[in-house]
Amino acid sequence: MSMWEYANPKRFMGWTRPVLPWTFALAGVCLLVGLVWGFFFTPDDFRQGSTVKIIYLHVPAALMAINAWIMMLVASLIWVVRRHHVSALAARAAAPIGVVFTLIALFTGGIWGQPMWGTYWAWDPRLTSFLILFLFYLGYIALWEAIEDPDTAADLTSVLCMVGSVFAILSRYAVLFWNQGLHQGASLSLDKEENVADVFWFPLLVCITGFVLLFIALVLMRTRTEIRARRIRALEARARRA
Amino acid sequence: MIALLLRDLRLAIRAGGGFGLGLAFFLIVVVLVPFGVGPETELLSRIAPGILWVASLLAALLSLDRIFALDYEDGSLALLATSPLPLEGAAMVKALAHWITTGLPLTLAAPALGFLLSLAPEAYAYLLISLLIGTPALSMIGTFGAALTVGLRRGGLLLSLLVLPLYVPTLIFGAEAVRRGADGLDPTGALMLMAGITAGSFALLPFATAAVLRINLR
Repeated sequence: MSMWEYANPKRFMGWTRPVLPWTFALAGVCLLVGLVWGFFFTPDDFRQGSTVKIIYLHVPAALMAINAWIMMLVASLIWVVRRHHVSALAARAAAPIGVVFTLIALFTGGIWGQPMWGTYWAWDPRLTSFLILFLFYLGYIALWEAIEDPDTAADLTSVLCMVGSVFAILSRYAVLFWNQGLHQGASLSLDKEENVADVFWFPLLVCITGFVLLFIALVLMRTRTEIRARRIRALEARARRA
Repeated sequence: MIALLLRDLRLAIRAGGGFGLGLAFFLIVVVLVPFGVGPETELLSRIAPGILWVASLLAALLSLDRIFALDYEDGSLALLATSPLPLEGAAMVKALAHWITTGLPLTLAAPALGFLLSLAPEAYAYLLISLLIGTPALSMIGTFGAALTVGLRRGGLLLSLLVLPLYVPTLIFGAEAVRRGADGLDPTGALMLMAGITAGSFALLPFATAAVLRINLR
């Protein structure tokens, strides 16, 4: 009995059906507890006032935006090595969720940035690399949508995901280099996690758990949808041939 | 490999537009920028490195879909795939041919256009060197993008969307090297990093390109 047996489409549908509502419920509870705790039961920051509370949306979303890409990379590798269809579909299912998390991170960052830095947008290394990550997601999704044959699409997008990951990391460091070269915005990059006191840290941890669970639940649900869509297509093709 | 290179070059020259299109686009962008931002010499010389790099990047992007599209349509790409020359080598030669027809003329024309944008005199050498080192990377990355979208009917827009984020590091290092040269700082670091990107692209991307071509020809 290896873990691969749970990835067989039929078994996957079988074990995800009971698991899915629980994951959603747990994610909802974590988010509710984390956000309510964070918004109403933590003190205001002495410098940032109540704007600091946006951290409970911003940091988990940013974290998951990157993790979603890493999950897509792993799923693409599994597809290339083992040609496992569920893994390709999971990568496809994760991409739009990653886009939404990236957008949440960018928007909450802008809303947070306005009172703190006096601007919604600055060409800070972190902001810029998220914008580039957003473009990578868009290209990945567009390539999936553009190709009709599902196996070709899975192959091409997984190569794109691997090459894109290398270039995304390159861009991350290139952007750091570029910004230091301009001598601006060094004061913008708050090293968030290390400065956070325990009062903020625990609700943040609950929120991050909630976002991770939400991501897992959404990926499972979208993968189930993709599997069903593919089954429908197979049935239609069979009906046309008959 | 040399025969393939010569064939591609000959096709680019005789079909017309291979050399001309990218170069004309580059010229037009650079000439239009002063009309857009105003004629102040100081402002122009400050933005000149960035404008020259962005313009050459867009000009290279313009001719990318020609790399494989015609060969795919008339079937010579399938012949290339079955020929004794490994497809990885063919991909590299294609990128090289694209560079000779767009990157090299752009590099040679850039100093003349830098004059129009009143680029700082110290920066000319670095502009030439950075374009010479950087544009091969643009061609190689673009060849990978062209291979990804070769099977699609309307691949042009998708190609730009896929390739532009991949161009970001090269653009940053290229424009930074020229800017540092113009400010009298030492641009060696940026040039070295860009050379690293070019070398890395030529070492690894032919394999990705060939893999993608095989999938598309399946």
